[in-house]
Amino acid sequence: MAKKVLMGNHAVSYGARLSRVEVIAAYPITPQTQVVEELAEMCAWGDLNAKFIKVESEHSAMAACIGASATGARAFTATSSQGLLLMHEMLHWAAGARLPIVMANINRALAPPWSIWSEQTDSLAQRDTGWLQFYCESNQEVLDTTIQAFKISERVLLPAMIILDAFFLSHTYEPVEVPAQEAVDEFLPPYKPPLKLDVDDPHAFGALVGPDGYYEFRYNIQKAFEEAQRAIIEVGEEFGERFGRAYGLVEPFYVDDAEVVLVTSSTITSTARAVIKERRARGERVGLLKIRVFRPFPFEAVREMLLGVPKVAVIDRNLSLGHHGIFHAELKSALYGQRNAPAVFGFVAGLGGRDVTPRTIHQILDIVGSQEEPDRDVYWIGLKAKAEEGQPAGNGRKQRQRVKA
Amino acid sequence: MAVSVRQVEDEALHVIKTDRHPEDEILRKDRLPHIWCPGCGIGVAVTAYIEALKRSDIPREQHVVVSGIGCTGRVAGYVNLDSYHTTHGRAIPFATGLAIANPELEVTVFSGDGDLFAIGGNHIIHAARRNVDLNVICVNNFNYGMTGGQFGPTTPEEAKTTTTPYGNVEDGFNLPYLAAASGAVYVARWTSLHFRPLRDAILRAFQKRGLTFIEVVSPCPTSFGRPNELGEGLDEMEWYRLSCVIDHDADLREIGLSMRKDSHIVVGNFVDVERPEFLERYERVIQRAQGQRSAAQEVGPESKRDQAQAQGGAA
Repeated sequence: MAKKVLMGNHAVSYGARLSRVEVIAAYPITPQTQVVEELAEMCAWGDLNAKFIKVESEHSAMAACIGASATGARAFTATSSQGLLLMHEMLHWAAGARLPIVMANINRALAPPWSIWSEQTDSLAQRDTGWLQFYCESNQEVLDTTIQAFKISERVLLPAMIILDAFFLSHTYEPVEVPAQEAVDEFLPPYKPPLKLDVDDPHAFGALVGPDGYYEFRYNIQKAFEEAQRAIIEVGEEFGERFGRAYGLVEPFYVDDAEVVLVTSSTITSTARAVIKERRARGERVGLLKIRVFRPFPFEAVREMLLGVPKVAVIDRNLSLGHHGIFHAELKSALYGQRNAPAVFGFVAGLGGRDVTPRTIHQILDIVGSQEEPDRDVYWIGLKAKAEEGQPAGNGRKQRQRVKA
Repeated sequence: MAVSVRQVEDEALHVIKTDRHPEDEILRKDRLPHIWCPGCGIGVAVTAYIEALKRSDIPREQHVVVSGIGCTGRVAGYVNLDSYHTTHGRAIPFATGLAIANPELEVTVFSGDGDLFAIGGNHIIHAARRNVDLNVICVNNFNYGMTGGQFGPTTPEEAKTTTTPYGNVEDGFNLPYLAAASGAVYVARWTSLHFRPLRDAILRAFQKRGLTFIEVVSPCPTSFGRPNELGEGLDEMEWYRLSCVIDHDADLREIGLSMRKDSHIVVGNFVDVERPEFLERYERVIQRAQGQRSAAQEVGPESKRDQAQAQGGAA
């Protein structure tokens, strides 16, 4: 094991190298590009025995990964934003074909207007494609999750997306423990697919099925997602035993006796953790729940942590236009109809890479602290005053005293 | 009126001393400074475009610039014209929509080799085949400059980039050959050294109906020149001066670029032919169909199709 100072993008590359990926197909896009640049360098040096191909678009990148994975090779790619959107068709295919491809996506806002800064809507818009989704908080978690993702994916035969914030992680350097290759090899043995394209054992893939068969294919994928919950927990624990850093579906922080729990993902979690510490020191009963895995959505884990908590506030750096922040909406669906369900406040913050600072989180906690329940569907935090004037409030629900956000 | 030498000098000095740039009226000063590196050739291509635009008899209000993504993709944002900065590779389909919805517009697609020939590679061949009335100006700098210099669809074999640190194993596209084979009615290649021929080629493209294609070979000293030892932008321009061969009748199969210092770059106005433009042919079909319809209307007020349906026949 060695400690290196790595940018988030290179933490992905190291994770992929240690996982001994065999085929890498990619297309450049800011802010992802360094992931595959570093891998190209590793291939050229012979540090990684993989075939690297720079294809002509992200759609082709994912298609090439699908082809490679179908032969039993460990396939990897990385992208961001518009690139991920261009892959959309192939994302459904990768999952439907049950191929354990691993991809890193750097969360970047969608155009227009053009932006290269962080926002989660690109990956969350792919939530129905059948990919496992891991939202990472630190470069260490990025590297560790890349390795775990292959093990989990290959066990349940579903593709996995490792997701990190543009610039806040992708271009930020942090000290990262890089595990020894031998230790990773023991943890992650070579991929042995149950079926593959093999001239000695021929199979046809992707054929047409009628209504008498399709339904069961989808049922089997759903069952694989259930199995994935167990796999993520077991693999995360095993990783902890071997490398000293355990991972799960969610990560609680001072949740046990909390009256208010913030729910966050990605790098906003680190900022929130600092604020929670500060408020705890003042004697306030506040806590934090980080959601690491978004697909499969950790229904049970979330209920276990949040039922009985009086108030929960979700911070979303993403938005389903015409609806809510996406974690907010998903969390409410997990808690709806449950006994002792908390009042859930939804906050949209930091779209297009606008900073979410400790001050932002304090504002959120102040709003939640001053009300028993939310008085609108979505709170916009840090909106410039001019825009706020034109904002319709709530959905016709009776307006209580408006709290200045 | 005779103009004295002194007057000319004064005027020249005035130009030198002024805060105004000769192209200010077509540039969006509020967007400056631009993002292009010293020695980049995109600025020359933009200036050539602006000079051609000023000389064209098409009113400025009718000119539209459409760009994709990348360094050249920024052109749409810098010109004080109607413009659209579209997504990765999709400049030509956006522009096709503009050109067929409003044929009065003089639509110019300004984009790079990566955008036009990799992620958008499908579109250019079909737009040329269809002969849509578009001018495509491709600044070819042989790599993805904006994302840090990865190899792309025109990177020559053996060239070094950040994703081919020890040399590219693929061949690059020969762009004029590809454009001509796809059906472009005008095909030219110049470099950023050849300002006047480039301006005149763009002017000619404005006059043509149908898809025109102009490749502008450009230095990218930051991302492509450095690993390939092409020197600064000016060094590369000097190399163009020494190595370019003007041959309007060149065999397009033979003019692929290796960008090695010992190689030649063939430039010229290679193709200038007439072929009916998409909308012309579209109109012809419409007129023919309407002719058939008016013949049918002599029977009754409804269309042939409506009558067939009313009689319970298959439409």
